[in-house]
Amino acid sequence: MVSEAGVGPNILLAVKQVPDVSELRLDPVTHSLLREGVPSVLNPYDRYALEAGLRLKEIHGGRLTVVSMGPPQARKALQESLALGADEAVLLTDRAFAAADTWATAYTLSVFAKTIPFNMVLTGLKAIDGETSQVGAELAEFLDIPHASYVRKIDLRGDMQGVTIERQLENGYDVWELPLPCLLMVAKEFGQPRLATLQGYIRAKRQKIRILTAHDLEALGANSAYFGLKGSPTFIPKVSPPPAKPPGTIWSGDPKESVRKLVDALSREGFV
Amino acid sequence: MSTEKFDAIVVGAGPAGTSAALTMAKGGLSVALIERGESPGAKNVFGGVVYKWPLEEMIPKFWEKAPIERKIIDHRMVILGKDSGFSVSYKDDYLGMETRGGFTALRSRFDPWFAQQAEEAGATLVTSMPVSEVIEEGGRVVGIRAGRGKENELYAQAIVAADGVMSTVLQKAGIRGPPAAEDVAIGLKEVIELPSDTIESRFNLKRGYGARLDYLGSVARGKSGGGFVYTNSNTLSVGIAVLLSHLLELRCKPYEILDEFKSHPVVAPLLEGGRVKEYQAHLIPEGGLQSIPPLASRGVLAVGDAAMLCLYPEGTNMAMASGVMAGKTILESKKTGDFSIQRLMLYERLMKESYIFKEHSRKKNYHNVLTSGDRFNTDYPDAITEIMRNILVVDGVDRGTKHAAARKVIRDKVGYVRVLRDLYRDIWSALPW
Ligand SMILES: Cc1cc2nc3c(=O)[nH]c(=O)nc-3n(C[C@H](O)[C@H](O)[C@H](O)COP(=O)(O)OP(=O)(O)OC[C@H]3O[C@@H](n4cnc5c(N)ncnc54)[C@H](O)[C@@H]3O)c2cc1C
Ligand SMILES: Cc1cc2nc3c(=O)[nH]c(=O)nc-3n(C[C@H](O)[C@H](O)[C@H](O)COP(=O)(O)OP(=O)(O)OC[C@H]3O[C@@H](n4cnc5c(N)ncnc54)[C@H](O)[C@@H]3O)c2cc1C
Repeated sequence: MVSEAGVGPNILLAVKQVPDVSELRLDPVTHSLLREGVPSVLNPYDRYALEAGLRLKEIHGGRLTVVSMGPPQARKALQESLALGADEAVLLTDRAFAAADTWATAYTLSVFAKTIPFNMVLTGLKAIDGETSQVGAELAEFLDIPHASYVRKIDLRGDMQGVTIERQLENGYDVWELPLPCLLMVAKEFGQPRLATLQGYIRAKRQKIRILTAHDLEALGANSAYFGLKGSPTFIPKVSPPPAKPPGTIWSGDPKESVRKLVDALSREGFV
Repeated sequence: MSTEKFDAIVVGAGPAGTSAALTMAKGGLSVALIERGESPGAKNVFGGVVYKWPLEEMIPKFWEKAPIERKIIDHRMVILGKDSGFSVSYKDDYLGMETRGGFTALRSRFDPWFAQQAEEAGATLVTSMPVSEVIEEGGRVVGIRAGRGKENELYAQAIVAADGVMSTVLQKAGIRGPPAAEDVAIGLKEVIELPSDTIESRFNLKRGYGARLDYLGSVARGKSGGGFVYTNSNTLSVGIAVLLSHLLELRCKPYEILDEFKSHPVVAPLLEGGRVKEYQAHLIPEGGLQSIPPLASRGVLAVGDAAMLCLYPEGTNMAMASGVMAGKTILESKKTGDFSIQRLMLYERLMKESYIFKEHSRKKNYHNVLTSGDRFNTDYPDAITEIMRNILVVDGVDRGTKHAAARKVIRDKVGYVRVLRDLYRDIWSALPW
């Protein structure tokens, strides 16, 4: 659904909850990530998208809706989005959504997106855990709207008829014009995201997060065969850690002696 | 945006703060509970025994739903000699019923659960928000600040300082300074993983029930310190506490004391094969009665460790009980619409009549015992070792002779008068029971 022109843009923002990397530990034996008990936080890249949405709202007014698909603890990421100034938060949560790949994730998000009016969809560039950078583009395809990635600047036309953006490139930038509605994947070059305030958190606590289950989405016309693991055309047969680095060498004792050993070793390896 | 005013702001969602918030929220007050950690308990450390009272007053039959590790039925007190241990133990299934003998808990699970009860009662919990300043107006504290700008300010009729031993709120409000080195101990704790079956056979326990072992005597190289081993479901909480001023005199790292405790021949077999899962350090108030700051001052009610109410090994119950009384005081103020500083003094009156002050008064010598003399950490433990070794070795010397030798050890090591005086007075401050 696309909103009528007038009162400012309706922006939909997709955010993901990811494990707090500062609390992540590796299993010393299997080297796999120990996710259990690790607090979840708002995907750091999504903060830039949120910042973009908030700045657009400051300029044009309108309404910012945040949606996430994830387990119940994803509420925390949504609450943080509300604290930062989003108007509404929606959580798509159900066991049926579990273990979705990017396709199934994008499909599920698109079902919800189609139920609300929007002029623009924003996503982060990538999630720090999955890191595929696919969900944004796939979501755009499901919604049948154009998209751009690496977006670092957004100039929305006041009549809601189009948007001029800048895309960050390796050495330089592109300027694109896109019609609305469109989907933009926001890069960190967009600018420093703001911090939530005490008053913001308190207001967020008062706001209800709307919860939608698989059943609710089916009622909205979704095909439940496309949800979660069962709806995922790709799967991950194996996750392997990067090969362990050989241990370093430590020379202690007399500094002169240690330096000599270091120089010897470096020249042996052909570095000096 | 409106900067609304709360009835009360509680800073810190530990046992003290959550108790205050829960009490007030149940009474219908608007309460903001502000915690710096990512979740309540995220930054908290403690040995692990929580008591039935006063938790039950707030949450009847909590033992049916709280995240309890084990219900304590075996209380052991061990006086450590250099290589020996003299234990007294009391074991009773009665203590396990309804957690009468207390229960072990892990703060990272217990605190969030407890804070959730306050939230469900209507308190507004905000996490990841360190309070950095107080806002003063006309000689009283009227709000707090957690960052720059108006959006990080919050105002209330009354402020509860529940932010622990280093209390930012009390320090910023000028109600007390940082605690002195002889008024705090440094507590170190490890969580050591062991299969629950191993814990049950090693400590002779039934499933779900636990033991607490408190160690006195030669724990910290002859200085004032204690140790503990508490049983959780599939971990042990193992730790020591040493008076900070004594640690400074010892000029050693606190973990060296913990390592010595863990390798003591009486302790080591209990931990064998365990894997250290967590390591934590925290200050513990040990200053006793004389270190308690003004409890109700300038619109701020001080509770728990912020008010230095911990009386080793009881801290959580003191924290909760004071939180409840602060909550009740503010409820009274709300009823009469009188939040004046005088009216808030009710908290101090309630406290003075409570278990907390009765216990602190009874143990008023505690701090003296800690800071003065080595007899509890060296002389008595040495004497006990010498006497017990002599008596328990059957070597053809008659017991009469041995008893005489024991009396001589007591006379030489501590002196009869001292023993009598200690038995009459100081020992009751030093013992946990
Ligand atoms: C260890 C590990 C194991 C995995 N195992 C499997 C598996 O067994 N089977 C399988 O199919 N997949 C698996 N995945 C993939 C996982 O499902 C993806 O993480 C998920 O589909 C999102 O893709 P992404 O993380 O790459 O997001 P990206 O495409 O990198 O994210 C880009 C942007 O899309 C948005 N976005 C992404 N996800 C969501 C969401 N859930 N809700 C709202 N917005 C979102 C955000 O704005 C984000 O910034 C695994 C991932 C990991 C890390
Ligand atoms: C090693 C050790 C073992 C112990 N063993 C036991 C035991 O077995 N049984 C027992 O009953 N007691 C024990 N204690 C004592 C017990 O832990 C304390 O007495 C008790 O936790 C005090 O509760 P409190 O709520 O006052 O403070 P705390 O538990 O310290 O809680 C204070 C809270 O305030 C938060 N905070 C601090 N500053 C700020 C700020 N500026 N802004 C916002 N929030 C802030 C903190 O993050 C924390 O959540 C032990 C202590 C230690 C260190």
